[in-house]
Amino acid sequence: MANLKDLSKSPERVTGGHRLCAGCGAGIVARQAMIAAGNMPVVVSSATGCLEVSTTVFPYTAWKNSFFHSAFENSAATCSGIETAYKSLKKQGKIMEDIRFIAFGGDGGTYDIGLQSLSGAMERGHRMLYICYNNEAYMNTGIQRSGATPLGAHTTTAPVGKVHQGKEQNKKDLTQIMVAHNIPYVAQTYVGNWNDFITKVQKALSVDGPSFINILTPCRLGWNYKSEDTMFLARLAVETCIWPSFEVEHGVYKLNIIPKEKKPVTEFLKLQGRFKHLFKLENALILEIIQKNVDNNWELLQRKALAGCQI
Amino acid sequence: MIKTVFSKGKIVAKTGNEVMAEAMRQIEPDVVAAYPITPATEIVQIFSQFVADGIVKSEYIAVESEHSAMSATIAASAAGARAMTGTSSQGLCLMWEMLYIASGLRLPIVMAEVNRAISAPLNIHGDQSDTMGARDSGWIQIYSENSQEAYDNMIQAIRIAEKAKLPTLVTTDGFIISHCMEVVELYPDADVKAFVGIYKPERYLLDTKRPYTLGSVDLQDYYFEHRYQLAQAMRDSKDIILNVAKDFEKMFGRKYEMYEKFMFDDAEIAIVVIGSTAGTIKVVVEELREKGIKAGLLKIRVFRPFPTKQIVKDLSHVKAIAVLDRADSCSGAFAPIYADIVSSLYAAGITIPKVVNYVYGLGGREINTKHIVDVYEILAKIASGVQKPTSQVEYINVRK
Repeated sequence: MANLKDLSKSPERVTGGHRLCAGCGAGIVARQAMIAAGNMPVVVSSATGCLEVSTTVFPYTAWKNSFFHSAFENSAATCSGIETAYKSLKKQGKIMEDIRFIAFGGDGGTYDIGLQSLSGAMERGHRMLYICYNNEAYMNTGIQRSGATPLGAHTTTAPVGKVHQGKEQNKKDLTQIMVAHNIPYVAQTYVGNWNDFITKVQKALSVDGPSFINILTPCRLGWNYKSEDTMFLARLAVETCIWPSFEVEHGVYKLNIIPKEKKPVTEFLKLQGRFKHLFKLENALILEIIQKNVDNNWELLQRKALAGCQI
Repeated sequence: MIKTVFSKGKIVAKTGNEVMAEAMRQIEPDVVAAYPITPATEIVQIFSQFVADGIVKSEYIAVESEHSAMSATIAASAAGARAMTGTSSQGLCLMWEMLYIASGLRLPIVMAEVNRAISAPLNIHGDQSDTMGARDSGWIQIYSENSQEAYDNMIQAIRIAEKAKLPTLVTTDGFIISHCMEVVELYPDADVKAFVGIYKPERYLLDTKRPYTLGSVDLQDYYFEHRYQLAQAMRDSKDIILNVAKDFEKMFGRKYEMYEKFMFDDAEIAIVVIGSTAGTIKVVVEELREKGIKAGLLKIRVFRPFPTKQIVKDLSHVKAIAVLDRADSCSGAFAPIYADIVSSLYAAGITIPKVVNYVYGLGGREINTKHIVDVYEILAKIASGVQKPTSQVEYINVRK
């Protein structure tokens, strides 16, 4: 567990003045991840997206550590290149200190266009942490559906219309895909619980190999809610078990948050404009399916955690 | 083959791919990231064996695609490493997005590129469609006539790229050079290492004392200046390339320029070409000269930057010129080399030579001395006024 006293000594490496929206979850993710790294030098790579364009508008930067961006689909390959350069230069005695490597990508850059690059980098075993700040759609280009967009959500490319009611497919389970890579550390977490996230980043950075964190990151614009509700909303995702917080260390599952009372998914959905249409009478079936999916997934995850091993 | 005035290396028989790998061993970059593709596979295959045997200190990343190969090479270079890669054809196509980023970020990456046709239809043999398509990507492009040139060009490319702060690719023609065994002089390791020197980047990501942001979003207020600087760097790199060639000549005895003139200064008819076909043309030129025909050849070595000012001076006295392109631009106009030659002549106000364009050898289609003789015969007719030059692309050895 991280403690505030130690964290207060960590340097702020993502500074204010960036151009992310008020209430944006991505800024919180970046700042807390860097605080988690403490005084350890870190080099960051990022996919093209909100985080990158809002924090590095030339000639300004919000990053006090080295930050590199080249394209959308290659944050993982990029990070693997930096990490390999480090390995080479360190082996040759040209770099003496320890440096850690973090790659950021949104869900579009991670679940979809960057999946190959991510899979390749994880399989190759680079010592790097990949953080997917998952806001469940292509928000930077204006809320288009991604592989992470949940069933029923309205997006501009799977919109609600006279015939269709938002996305008609389930989101893919990227966290499980990463578990299947047999990497040392995989975790799922959410914005709104600094201790859960920071502890996971610290664990991830301490393993000698690749690690992956999938963090649910509300997007005020794309999810259409009040900007002050970012933390609250993400917590509801965990309390409804729509987005469980868990980790998989060397294949062993552990649930990090078990809600005292499992709330109905509607508690989470009703606060967001992207799900507004689901509350029409004729869409009651979609709500039922969402609840059923969540119940099944939660049941399965609990069994995995109980078994203490990969099922 | 460009003759050496002295020989200090050992004379061996090697293929184009083998000598490119050999150059990489001697350069010993910090990082190589690559993905296999015919006919370039051998280069990185041989190199990864050097890594496996501990012969080089380099780290090798066996990436999952060419897009990631170029991404990882770019990242390694930005991190402060001397970084190299190699590819061909579809691989270069998959790198396309990243090629522009490598040059836009001014990273001195060197790539061994084996020219191969582009799909569809699928074809693994040699033509220059791949790198010609990348001619506007901001990479310095150096072409090789044979294995010796490929080896020499690779060694020079490191110095050129790092001085110009521009990525540089060195090509060979697929199979014709890449897989053809030739006599090559390899230089001693110590000499090559001394020539390429130690890489010292001004700024790099792993410099924790001076961290920095690279790859920012660059809007209306700065983007244009950065792109202008890139274009200017390409123009300025001509002097760098010539200076590196001079140093190379001093050290290794082989002379290189932006292009090579063969029996050219008094030529009345001439062919302009790139790559291995120059060797075939030289044989024909010698035969024609014996018959008293003033034929010549101009072989372009450096296509990017295009030596626009110098080349028009040399071409200005020739009566009829045929530009042979081993790539078709499918533009409805003309093929790449022809377009650059003619616009350079026109811009310089030179209107004496009649210039015609031939596309040849796509997908490895044979080009032999008979085909070349035919071209010179037509040039002779154009030069004497018997035949009018065509104003469209002509094709050699194709069934229409």
